[in-house]
Amino acid sequence: MEPLIRLENVSFSYKINEQTKVPVLRDIDFSIYPGEYVAIIGHNGSGKSTLSKHLNGILTPDNGDVWIHGYNTKNVNQKRAIRQTVGTVFQHPDNQIVATIVEEDVAFGLENINIPREEMRQRVDEALDVVKMSPFRHRPPHHLSGGQKQRVAIAGVLAMRPECIVFDEATSMLDSFGRKEVLQVMRKMNDKGMTIITVTHHMSEAAEADRIIVIEGGQIVMDGPAREIFKHKHELEQLQLEVPAVSQMAELIHNRFAEFSKDIIQESEFIEEVVKLSKEEVS
Amino acid sequence: MAGRPIIEIENLSHTYMKGTPMEHVALKGANLFVEEGECVAIIGHTGSGKSTLIQHFNGLMRPESGKVLIDGEDLSNKKVNLKTLRQKVGLVFQNPEDQIFEKIIGDDIAYGPFKLGLPLKEVRERVKWAMSVVGLDFEGMIDRQTFALSGGQKRKVALAGILALKPKILVLDEPTAGLDPRSRNELLDNIKRLNKEEKLTVIFVSHNMEEVALLADRVYVMADGTDVLNGTPKEIFTDKEKLQRYHIGTPESVQVLYRLTDLGYEVKTDAFSITEAANEIIKVLACKKECSKHVQRI
Repeated sequence: MEPLIRLENVSFSYKINEQTKVPVLRDIDFSIYPGEYVAIIGHNGSGKSTLSKHLNGILTPDNGDVWIHGYNTKNVNQKRAIRQTVGTVFQHPDNQIVATIVEEDVAFGLENINIPREEMRQRVDEALDVVKMSPFRHRPPHHLSGGQKQRVAIAGVLAMRPECIVFDEATSMLDSFGRKEVLQVMRKMNDKGMTIITVTHHMSEAAEADRIIVIEGGQIVMDGPAREIFKHKHELEQLQLEVPAVSQMAELIHNRFAEFSKDIIQESEFIEEVVKLSKEEVS
Repeated sequence: MAGRPIIEIENLSHTYMKGTPMEHVALKGANLFVEEGECVAIIGHTGSGKSTLIQHFNGLMRPESGKVLIDGEDLSNKKVNLKTLRQKVGLVFQNPEDQIFEKIIGDDIAYGPFKLGLPLKEVRERVKWAMSVVGLDFEGMIDRQTFALSGGQKRKVALAGILALKPKILVLDEPTAGLDPRSRNELLDNIKRLNKEEKLTVIFVSHNMEEVALLADRVYVMADGTDVLNGTPKEIFTDKEKLQRYHIGTPESVQVLYRLTDLGYEVKTDAFSITEAANEIIKVLACKKECSKHVQRI
């Protein structure tokens, strides 16, 4: 299969002045295929946000290339095509809302690319429906909760019908309910075939993804299925990361009852395991 | 706790853009009492008035109606010395980039202490101390440029800049949002240590219930511009009816335990740490084991 996003030996540094540069990404090489659900994790300053900004050409590499569907992000003429393929949802809900009414905000991107009115209406309806914000369509966004605002921002990106959405710490300002709302939307869109890339500090969120890429010092240090990555508790701790709360609990229980699986990464699996084991013991 | 009250807020109201079509009531009869040396969390949804409330602590906002007493000083008095007040009450905002303006990390953290007219040696000591509290390597980071920092690093610099002023009351708006797990744990441990050992009064706004459970002596719940509930984390997180009524989240461990009680398991839901929660489940499984042995014997 042709990759949707391909990074080839990507390096990037922030230039402080003529003499000094701070290298942030070094020789990054990976591909993301259509329909994947990928989490990128790493500690503060590891380079993951800089990396995510390379995925739709907000930043372009100093060395190496980023290809989106065969378009090079360095090619200025193709910026529009690239942005329409890969959309981004950022951390602060307030920074990405531009209009004073929810549905106008969702339509903003479409107006910029001259979508006919009828189609615009249809796309906005659809996008608001996916994020379950249709009842709020005529409301001013500034009175919404953080999770609701983030869903409006997602709807704005969805309306552009991208093939992939990058969530750059999109849940870090949200409470547990808001986070759950956004995670559900991510899952739903991925089930419909959309490629999802999420940059996060919440390990329980990364556990929702199929694949995890771990980045440290601007390089990829681990890349694999979520369950495999979370087996490396010790290495993750050395990278200032951790395994999800339920995995930590599962390990403690496993130490007492060896039959309790320690390879649990999601809350629902954890509950199932407790139920399964307590039933077995009784019978 | 029979400490001295350090923050007393009574019946505080505030309306933004009063008298215009954009009028918005942010606070309506809010109350908050904090004793010296306490660690208090404020939780509540976006728009519940948390940020407006904390901006009253250091005089960024003056009481429109109601009473605000900080360390005994009435802020409705126009003659309050804001300089000493702000030295006493250190406020760290949610968006760290708003609070950083120097080019070099060391200069940014030293800005406040310099303005206090402290001698260079003392300023350097304070910067070093503040950087160690937030987990920034002194030698490696002091000369780094602030603009090339990640969001989490900026947050640490902003907090260090406030700590270097050695405030009596530390007010934090979402202190760990955007921090990686280790930075988060280290920062929380350090705040806890400052609170317990150096008697620093800490008030923090948070949506992260793990840190609320871990840090706070008491929790205030805000809704629609007023305080609707306050109590210890244990009182708040075990009151299922109120959790639902005010739509309050719980730590992940508690969430798991609630799901198990819904399935009919007898587990206590006040286990806030991973270890406590795991022990609760071990108890259930061990009990089942005992019971089944018992059944076999019969």
